[in-house]
Amino acid sequence: MSIAQQTATGAVVLRTEHLGRRVGDVSVVTDISLDVYHGEMLGIVGVSGSGKSSLLRLLNRLDEPTSGTVFLDGQDYRQFSPRELRRRVGMVTQRPFLFPGKVAGNIRFGPSQRGEVVADEDIARLLERVGLPGFTAREVTNLSGGEQQRVSLARALANRPEILLLDEPTSALDEQAKMGVEQLICSLVKDTSLTCVMVTHDRDQARRMCDRIALLEAGRLIQYGKPAEVLDA
Amino acid sequence: MLKSLFHTQLTLGFAQAGIASVLALAVVLLARRRNIHLESDAAIALLRGIVQIVAVGSILALLLKSPRWTSVFLLTGMILAAGSISARRAKNIPGARKVSTYSIAAGAGLVTAIMTWAGVIDTAITSLIPVGSMIIANAMNTNGLALNRFRSEVLAHAGEIETALALGAAPEHTVASYAESSIHASLIPAIDNLRSLGIVWIPGLMTGMLLSGADPLYAAIYQFVVIAMILASSGLTSLLSTLMIRNHAFSPAEQLVLKSSG
Repeated sequence: MSIAQQTATGAVVLRTEHLGRRVGDVSVVTDISLDVYHGEMLGIVGVSGSGKSSLLRLLNRLDEPTSGTVFLDGQDYRQFSPRELRRRVGMVTQRPFLFPGKVAGNIRFGPSQRGEVVADEDIARLLERVGLPGFTAREVTNLSGGEQQRVSLARALANRPEILLLDEPTSALDEQAKMGVEQLICSLVKDTSLTCVMVTHDRDQARRMCDRIALLEAGRLIQYGKPAEVLDA
Repeated sequence: MLKSLFHTQLTLGFAQAGIASVLALAVVLLARRRNIHLESDAAIALLRGIVQIVAVGSILALLLKSPRWTSVFLLTGMILAAGSISARRAKNIPGARKVSTYSIAAGAGLVTAIMTWAGVIDTAITSLIPVGSMIIANAMNTNGLALNRFRSEVLAHAGEIETALALGAAPEHTVASYAESSIHASLIPAIDNLRSLGIVWIPGLMTGMLLSGADPLYAAIYQFVVIAMILASSGLTSLLSTLMIRNHAFSPAEQLVLKSSG
């Protein structure tokens, strides 16, 4: 499955303007300006240490930018409370970091922070959506790596995010699990028009999954465009 | 034997210290025969120990002639020093010194004040300073243990904490279980002390009271009172410091700032 051929034509939902972050004397992200369109899958590609994950962590304000800012739906994201921002801009990390207990407890976690209760039918539907029907009462310790990552995805989706940040979501998985999660993410983006920003070091994966690609080197954006334009250049 | 040779308490004390030091050095020489060289370390430690404790004794001798309220200044100085020392256990946590000082002041200060008001601790300097210092020292140790454990837990679970933050959780919620385990772990020594009291050890205060001719039963009960006070002040200190320090692990924008690289 590929959605790379889709053209991003929606409205800009996320914009970074001269975004940067310094840690001590080191600039880990430098002067990055880019737009993310509604319903597109934007890939952030680069070698290890190029600032991909650092950039992603700035988008939901897990780290604080030291220069520039991010606009969510045209508003400076500092105008939102961090919790509201992170509800709207969800995140799935390389390691799923599931909370101890049952799968259902993990799915309920995000909404419960706002006092919302997720109905059992909604949990079942979400788990079915990520390819884990009947997993509601399963203990997270009994899940495979691929299953854990799917639960992590369902947990992020339970918050009904407008944008989903994916930080190397398949890099800790074996080849079979990787292809399964990859297809799942592609179908989610296609079926629900979810906007995604995905970090990957795997150029082939970026080519398969992304509508556009931002290529980073030493914390700087060096190319930005369609996969063929960036990766074949 | 020594008492017949030395007729003042001071000369008797130095003679007793000399014999204790000779005994300690004899053990050092015994260790040397087994190729374990402790000579210089032991000699320096013995010399340093006698100088420090004589200095403290001299200060106490001066204070004994001072009005009772001067003990408040001495106890305050001890609290400030304790806050600074135990904050070292919370490396990389901003504000650890302030949190430690406030927590020890509240925990040890409140318990000492209540017990002095109730008449459990005598207001005489000879009573208030030793008992107060014991309470402060134990509060300091508990605070250090709590902060050190909290720091280790947060560093070990940074991924889980940031995952919860990314899902919209409140910072204090993301570290609640680590704060609880820190309080529990920090109080283990105080609880064990109370549990083993009289079975495994006879603490110094009771020994001192017995040596000065107090009724053994009263000395035993008063020792229990002191250990129970220590548990109360340590518990309060640990609770307060953990409650306060968890907010210092995060920035105002709810970002985890306590990290191993930091």
